[in-house]
Amino acid sequence: MIPLSWFLALSAILFVLGLAAFFVKRDLITMFLAVEVMLNAANLAFLTFAKKHGLLAGQVIVFFIITVAAAEAAIGLAIILLVFRQRKSIKAEGADLMKG
Amino acid sequence: MAAALFLVLATIVIGSVLGMILSRNPAISALWLVLAFAALGGLFGLLDAPFIAAVQIIIYAGAIMVLFIFVIMMIPRGEAFPPDKRKITLFLSILLAAVLAAEMFVSLWAVLRGDKTAGLSGLGSTSGIGRMLFRDFLYPFEITSLLIIAALVGSIVLSKKRGKE
Repeated sequence: MIPLSWFLALSAILFVLGLAAFFVKRDLITMFLAVEVMLNAANLAFLTFAKKHGLLAGQVIVFFIITVAAAEAAIGLAIILLVFRQRKSIKAEGADLMKG
Repeated sequence: MAAALFLVLATIVIGSVLGMILSRNPAISALWLVLAFAALGGLFGLLDAPFIAAVQIIIYAGAIMVLFIFVIMMIPRGEAFPPDKRKITLFLSILLAAVLAAEMFVSLWAVLRGDKTAGLSGLGSTSGIGRMLFRDFLYPFEITSLLIIAALVGSIVLSKKRGKE
């Protein structure tokens, strides 16, 4: 049997990688992809704890997270397209219209 | 066996997330991430969650990443796939086809031998999740449908071109 701590370690590594990618990358789409990686790290942790405690609720929460991620992708990509249409670039530095 | 599977899948996940970080082209980043999410689906299967594993592969690696790739294709960034990588593309596609064929053969063999497939009962069974969704989590489930409607309407309004009403 695989120790469940391995899954938690993998989840932590994935989250840190996603966070690092979010800060390293410059274009909005890859930053968005990094957010998806972090969401999936959270999913992995939820499923690990669901197995550890024998509770199905953790798996249902993962189902909800995937649904919310789909909604988030639809809205976020629409916003990215809008930014691209106005700025002709998807670099994060370009989106400074609301800067004071 | 399970530990080896875990190590292989974890290596694929971490390696492809690193590939996503290191590649300069967002289209290739997204393709790396498809691989990462598919391997994560396998890990979910190892955690007694076959339904969530299927949802992960169908919705995450399938639908959400296709949405990303569509948007990436809409944003011009020059050449999407540089043509000087023909050799490695051919090699990778042959490898992928071989792995897929082996996988299908193994699963067909298990079915033909009459093995009981895992996941029909136990913790993460589809019936258990369905019962939980429509009994204990009924209100969150309905609110999720509202959220999806809101996201749909919001993205239509956002992507509508101004001044063309």
